[in-house]
Amino acid sequence: MTALPDMPLHTEFDSIDALRTALRGGKASALELAQSALQAAQAASSLNAFLHIDPELTLAQARAADEQLAKGQGGSLTGIPIAHKDVFVTRGWRTTAASKMLADYVSPFDATVVDRLRQAGAVSLGKLNCDEFAMGSGNENSAFGPARNPWDPDAVPGGSSGGSAAAVAAGLVMAATGTDTGGSVRQPAALCGVSGIKPTYGTVSRFGMVAFGSSLDQAGPIARHARDLLELLDPMAGFDERDATSLQDCDGVPNAPGRVRRDFDEALRLQDDAGGKPLQGLRIGVPEEFFNESLSPHIAQAVEAALQTYESLGARRVRISLPCTRLSIPAYYVIAPAEASSNLSRYDGVRYGHRAQSYGDIADMTSRSRAEGFGPEVLRRILVGTYVLCHGYYDAYYLQAQRVRRMIADDFRRAFAEHCDVIMGPVTPTVAKRIGENREDPTADWLADIYTLGVSLAGLPAMSIPCGFGGAGKPLPIGLQLIGNYFGEGRLLAVADRFQQVTDWHQRKPEQQ
Amino acid sequence: MAITDQDVARIARLARIALPPQDSARAQEELNGILGLIEQLQAVDTQGVEPMAHPLSAHQDISLRLRDDAPAPGGIPQREALMANAPAQSGGLFLVPTVIE
Repeated sequence: MTALPDMPLHTEFDSIDALRTALRGGKASALELAQSALQAAQAASSLNAFLHIDPELTLAQARAADEQLAKGQGGSLTGIPIAHKDVFVTRGWRTTAASKMLADYVSPFDATVVDRLRQAGAVSLGKLNCDEFAMGSGNENSAFGPARNPWDPDAVPGGSSGGSAAAVAAGLVMAATGTDTGGSVRQPAALCGVSGIKPTYGTVSRFGMVAFGSSLDQAGPIARHARDLLELLDPMAGFDERDATSLQDCDGVPNAPGRVRRDFDEALRLQDDAGGKPLQGLRIGVPEEFFNESLSPHIAQAVEAALQTYESLGARRVRISLPCTRLSIPAYYVIAPAEASSNLSRYDGVRYGHRAQSYGDIADMTSRSRAEGFGPEVLRRILVGTYVLCHGYYDAYYLQAQRVRRMIADDFRRAFAEHCDVIMGPVTPTVAKRIGENREDPTADWLADIYTLGVSLAGLPAMSIPCGFGGAGKPLPIGLQLIGNYFGEGRLLAVADRFQQVTDWHQRKPEQQ
Repeated sequence: MAITDQDVARIARLARIALPPQDSARAQEELNGILGLIEQLQAVDTQGVEPMAHPLSAHQDISLRLRDDAPAPGGIPQREALMANAPAQSGGLFLVPTVIE
């Protein structure tokens, strides 16, 4: 297959594994890959997927990769072009969290995720657009303008990791990092026709990840397919003493690189041993609450077809109920804003970030700096969060939401204990909306988070893989959600991989704009 | 219970956000809309349910780890790098408006 003139060299390779083999065999050079990817990223600037590109930084990493490869050294990702969501702090590249508040911020250190992928040899193309402080589901809340969906530039790429999903879908990078607080990896992956995984809470370090909702935030990769997700997630996941919520072990197994890959390999081996019905014995729980009146018929059909594909592979479908699903919206929109209002109190115009030009006393300086530096959605969530944490409302809203959160987690716990091995359903009620839609009603988008929030509240691993196209206008991608039990990342990726071995949705590419 | 303009002023003050009058009216309207959404929680019977602060507490006994109370690597170069993003600084200090006359 020859690449189109503007497509970067790495798009000639179907997987990170294939590209790695070419790099190690001297059939590709990290420098040439980086140069062609930088060129493509610049040519695709109308997508607004990148917030900061610095060719010198990228090319230096690529040259170092080539030196290592020439010596027969390097890690599992040496020379592979990736990019980071702009909520991971990076030395060299600015870290803005897509906010005017941090427009000029340059971190003195790298986030653990950035460091681990760098140690594995990945070459970073720069920083990717997202919703401001990761708050949003359309990438429209970026202070630097919306990113666009490569399948239709008038449609949103989803969010908050919209730039990450758009960059992967457009073929600008092999893979990208994202973060998921209420669906921000799965939802953009679904809307851009690529794959994404949010691992179990506590498996990937949050050190150096700009904080939003600390009991929910978890980093995860976005790539074309499950095998490439594995290539990023495995080195990303591991204990980090600099994050108080980072786990030392996962059900008795050390939380370290190699864990996810071992589980994936083992699951795949068992599938292969099963022969013609590789998923024989796999029970897929299908929650009735995920197929409600707000689900568009296109999505319902695509998900149904995917479930039939799974049945043809030997899996069995089990009807389950997650009765508290509808409560995940109010519970999340109490807990996440409460944590955001607390986390974002650090932006005071003193130590870093935007400071207003004119002000009176120190309180006035802080209040004006914050009002100017934060965009409307962030201000809205800080105000909601402050309200629910107020004396007199704390019990009624915040504690009540935390009780409901346990009920939501218990729904999943019961389902996995009694009925199924994996849960499947839609990621979103509709395909990508038009940029600008719902602008008059800021909470309309919140309701569309219905299928992703419960997983985040429960801390479970979940992913999205492409399973079809639909919508009223131009056909737009549809995602299938796979939800696993705690620490089941490797097995989940293997279940997704089996689907991708017999379907080609993940190989479809948007036409060049 | 609807949020009044006085509530909005109080919340904005607590959140350290300067809200000009026109923004304040809009914020009041939006907050009341959001309140309508989250008020569904009140109707849920949560008697006997323990509030869940850590998501993995649904799966295992868990508490947040504390690090050793020991100094971390620091020094002047580290301090300079950390202060380089300050809007106003001098001699290793952050500059702010006069707090005490």
